[in-house]
Amino acid sequence: MSTRIVVEGLTKRFGSFEAVTDVTFTAPAGAITALLGPSGSGKSTVLRMIAGLEEPTAGRIVMGDEELTVKSVQERRVGFVFQHYALFRHMTVADNVGFGLRVRKEDKAVREARVRELLELVHLEPFADRYPAQLSGGQRQRVALARALAPAPKVLLLDEPFGALDAKVRQDLRRWLDELHRELGVTSVLVTHDQEEALELANQIVVMHEGRVEQVGSPGEIYDQPVTPFVAGFVGAANVLNGEVIGGHVHLGSIRIPGAAHLDEGAAAAAFVRPHDVRVASGDGDVSAVVERVASLGWLSRVSLRLPGGETLVAHVPNDELHGVGEGDAIRVDLRNPKAFLAPHETSAREEITSPA
Amino acid sequence: MSAVATPKVRGRGWLLAACLVWVGVLLLVPLVGIVITALQPGIHVVTQTLSAPDVIHAVELTAVITAVSVVVTALFGVVVAWVLVRQRFWGRSLMNAAVDLPFALSPVAVGLAALVLFGPGGWLAPFFEARGIQIIFALPSMVLVTVFICVPFTIREVVPVLEEIGLDEEDASRTLGASVWQTFFRVTLPNIRWALTYGVALTTARAVGEIGAVLIVSGLLQGKTETATLFIFRAYEERQIPAAYMVALLLAAVSVTLLVVIEFLRHRQERERSRT
Amino acid sequence: MDGAAQTLGGRGGLRSSQRTTAALRHLALRGAAVVYLGLLVALPVVAVVTKGFGDGFVTFREAMATPAAWAAIRLTLWTSTVAAALNAVMGTLLAWVLVRYRFPGRRLLSTVVDLPLAIPTLVTGVMILALYGPNSLFGRFLDDLGVRVLFTPIAIVIALCTVTLPLVVRNVQPVLQELDKAEEEAAATLGAGPRTTFRRVVFPAIRSAVVAGTLLTFSRCLGEIGSVILVAGNIPKKTLTAPVFIFQLTSQFKPAEAAAVATLLFAISFVLVLATTRLIARNEASA
Repeated sequence: MSTRIVVEGLTKRFGSFEAVTDVTFTAPAGAITALLGPSGSGKSTVLRMIAGLEEPTAGRIVMGDEELTVKSVQERRVGFVFQHYALFRHMTVADNVGFGLRVRKEDKAVREARVRELLELVHLEPFADRYPAQLSGGQRQRVALARALAPAPKVLLLDEPFGALDAKVRQDLRRWLDELHRELGVTSVLVTHDQEEALELANQIVVMHEGRVEQVGSPGEIYDQPVTPFVAGFVGAANVLNGEVIGGHVHLGSIRIPGAAHLDEGAAAAAFVRPHDVRVASGDGDVSAVVERVASLGWLSRVSLRLPGGETLVAHVPNDELHGVGEGDAIRVDLRNPKAFLAPHETSAREEITSPA
Repeated sequence: MSAVATPKVRGRGWLLAACLVWVGVLLLVPLVGIVITALQPGIHVVTQTLSAPDVIHAVELTAVITAVSVVVTALFGVVVAWVLVRQRFWGRSLMNAAVDLPFALSPVAVGLAALVLFGPGGWLAPFFEARGIQIIFALPSMVLVTVFICVPFTIREVVPVLEEIGLDEEDASRTLGASVWQTFFRVTLPNIRWALTYGVALTTARAVGEIGAVLIVSGLLQGKTETATLFIFRAYEERQIPAAYMVALLLAAVSVTLLVVIEFLRHRQERERSRT
Repeated sequence: MDGAAQTLGGRGGLRSSQRTTAALRHLALRGAAVVYLGLLVALPVVAVVTKGFGDGFVTFREAMATPAAWAAIRLTLWTSTVAAALNAVMGTLLAWVLVRYRFPGRRLLSTVVDLPLAIPTLVTGVMILALYGPNSLFGRFLDDLGVRVLFTPIAIVIALCTVTLPLVVRNVQPVLQELDKAEEEAAATLGAGPRTTFRRVVFPAIRSAVVAGTLLTFSRCLGEIGSVILVAGNIPKKTLTAPVFIFQLTSQFKPAEAAAVATLLFAISFVLVLATTRLIARNEASA
C-alpha cells in the first residue's frame, strides 16, 4: 500500500517573495522522511504543496506513478496532520475520525467499523463521544492522526505534529508514532524544526534553509557528514572555529585543524567540531587550552575552554573521563572529526552549545 | 494546475458579484438617487429650505433630544453595565433581559406606552397635570421615548469590554491605595473609553433618526414638537417634496459622517485590544 | 459577594465601617440600575400589555376580530419573514466575502454595510421613494416593464431588507474570523469538496450566529415603521403594516386597540430576542 513521493524542482513564490526554491527529493516508499529546518525555511510550504493546499509556482510532484501536480486536494488522498490539530470543534471524536469516510460516501457500517479500529489504534476508544474541547493536547493530536489515517491514505503528511505540545507529551507521542509507523508502514513526510525529532523518527532527512534543500541523507549521514556549514551548525551542536586554509589545514594562530584539503589555499574557512569530539582526556593533544568552567550535566560535564587566540571551545566529557580536570587548569586537547567549510558570509551557525545529548 | 484553480476563482467572482449587487441595489444606488433628486431643483432650494424657520426649529429640537438622550444613556449605561458585570445578585438575568427589551419593542409600541402612561386619562397623567407639567405632546415625552429606545447601545458595547478586562487591574489599583472613584476614573474608564464612545456614536445615530415613537408622542405640532424626521414626514405628506428630500439629504450626510467616525473608532478599539 | 463582605466586616471597628460603605455603594449602584431600567424600560412594557388586556381578553379579542388588524399583522409577518430570509442568505454571504476575500474596496464595502445603522430609517424610506418613484430613470424603467414597486409589498420588503442589512453580517462576521482555516484545509485533505466543507465544517460553526442574526432581523422587521410608512402606501388590508396600523389607531384615539396589536407584536418579538440572547450565550460558552 505504500508509495514513494518524488518532488522535482518545486518552487513557490508569494508575490515577490520566493518561499521555496527548486526543491527536489524523493521520499522512499514506507519510510519517514523528515523536512528539517528553522522556521521560515519553506518546509511547511513544501508539505502543503504535496497535499495540494498550496499551488506550486513551478515544479512537479509525483506519487507512485501518478502526476499529483494537476490534481485537487480532494483527489490526492493524502492524510494531513496539522500543528494545531484542526479538529472539527462541533463534531465528536468519532465523527471527526469518520469524516473522511463520510464525505467519500463510504457505507455506514464500514465507516463505524473503521472508526472503532482507528480509535483502538490510537488508544482513545473511551473518548469516542467526547468533543475536542474535552481532550488534552496529546489526545487531540492522536485524534487528528486517527482522522488522517481513517480513509487509508497513500501517504501521511505531518506538519510539526508535536510542535504545540509540552516536552514530556512530545517525547511519549514521538515514541508512539515511531511504533505506529513500524506497524502501518505508510510513506510519511514529517515537517519539524526539532533536529532531535528528525534524527529519532526519520529514515531520511531533508535539511532545508531559506527555501532551498541543503542536504538529503540518512540521519547518520546528516550528522556525521554534513555537506554544508549550515547543516553542520544546525544538526547537532558544534563549535565553529574560523581561520585560514594553509596546506590543507585550517589555521587559527598556532592551531592547525586538519581536513581542509578540498579548500583553496588562503581561503577563509570555518572548522566545525562537535563537543563530544573535543577530547580532554588524552592530555597529549595538539591544541593547548585553559579550562574556564566545568559544569556537571549529570553523567557528563560541559567543559568550557579558552584557546590561546581567545576563541571559546565547548567539550562534552563523560564524568568518568574527566580525570580531575578543574577550572583554571592549562591542558592540551585533541579535536576529532573536524569538518572544514569555506566560511559562510554570516556567522549564523550556533556557537553556543545548549544541549548535552 | 490551472485546471484546479479556475472553477474556484469563478465561484468567488459570482459570490462577490452577488454581494455587490445586493448592497448596491439596497444602499448605494438609493443613496446616489437621493443626492441627485434633492439637488436637482438647484442650489436656491438648498439655501431656501435650510433657512426656513420650521427646518431650523426641527433641527434644533432633534439636537436637543439627541444631546439629552446621549448624556442620560451614557451615564446610566455605564452604571448598569458595571452592575451587570461586577455584581452577582438575584434578578441579574432579568436585568440583562430588560436591557434588550427596547430591541424587541417596536418604536410605535414605545410611543403608545408613553401615551398610556402620560396621555389623557393616563396612569401618571393626574400627577403631572396637577403640577401643570406637560409631558405628552411635549419635549419631556419625546426625550423619554428616545432614551428608552437608545438604552441598549451603550450597555451592549461596554459590557463585553468590562468582562474582558476582568478585575485584576481594578484590584491592583486598590492595593496601590486608590479610592473607588480614583480606580474608576483612572483605571476602569480609560479601559472602556472606546467602547463608550462607540456606544455614544450609535446612540447619536439612533436618536437623530428616531421616528416611530416620536410620531405618536409628539402630537405632530408644527413648529413646536416637530423634529427633523417629523419634518420630513410632514413635508412629504403635504407634497413639499423638494424640502423633504433636502432635509433627508442633510440627515443622510450627518449619519454618513457619523458612520465614518464610528468606523474609525472601531479600528482604534480593535487596535487597542490587539495590543493587550 | 455581599454576604462575604458582611461576615468579613463583622471583625472590627474601622474595617467594618469601610466594608459597610463598600456594600452600601454596591447596593446604591445596583439600585440606580434597577430604578433606571425599571422605570424606563419595564414600566412602559407593562403599560402597553395591561392596556392591551385592559378588561381581560375582551379588548384584545375585539381588536383582533377586526379584519384590518389581522390583515396588518399577516402582512407584517410575511414581509418580515421574506426580508429575514433574504438577509440571512445575503448577510452570511457578505460576511464570508468580507472575511475571506481580499479585493480592492473591501473596507469601503464593510463601511457601506453599516450605513443602515446610521441612516435614519425615514431617510431610507425617502431614498427608496427617490429611486423607485415616477420621477427617477430607474422608476420609469421599471414602470415600462410593468413592475410596480412603490406602494406594494415589494417596497415594504425592500425597505425592511435595507434597514436590517447589517444585523446578520455583524453577527456572523466575528465568528467567521475566529474560525480556524486549518479545519477547512483538513476537510479538503480528507476528500471534502468546497460545498461539503461549507455544509459540514463551516456552517455548523456559524449556524447559531446566522440563526441569532436572522431572529434579530425578523424581530426588528416586525416593529419597523420609519422606512415603511412613506413607501408602503398604507392601503388598509393591502399594504398597511401592523406598526403603521398602530400609529393610525393612536391618531384616531383608540389606544386600547393599538395596545392590543402592539402586545401581540411585542410578544412575538420578545420571545425571539430572548431566544437570540440564549443562542449567543450558548455560542460563547462552547467557544
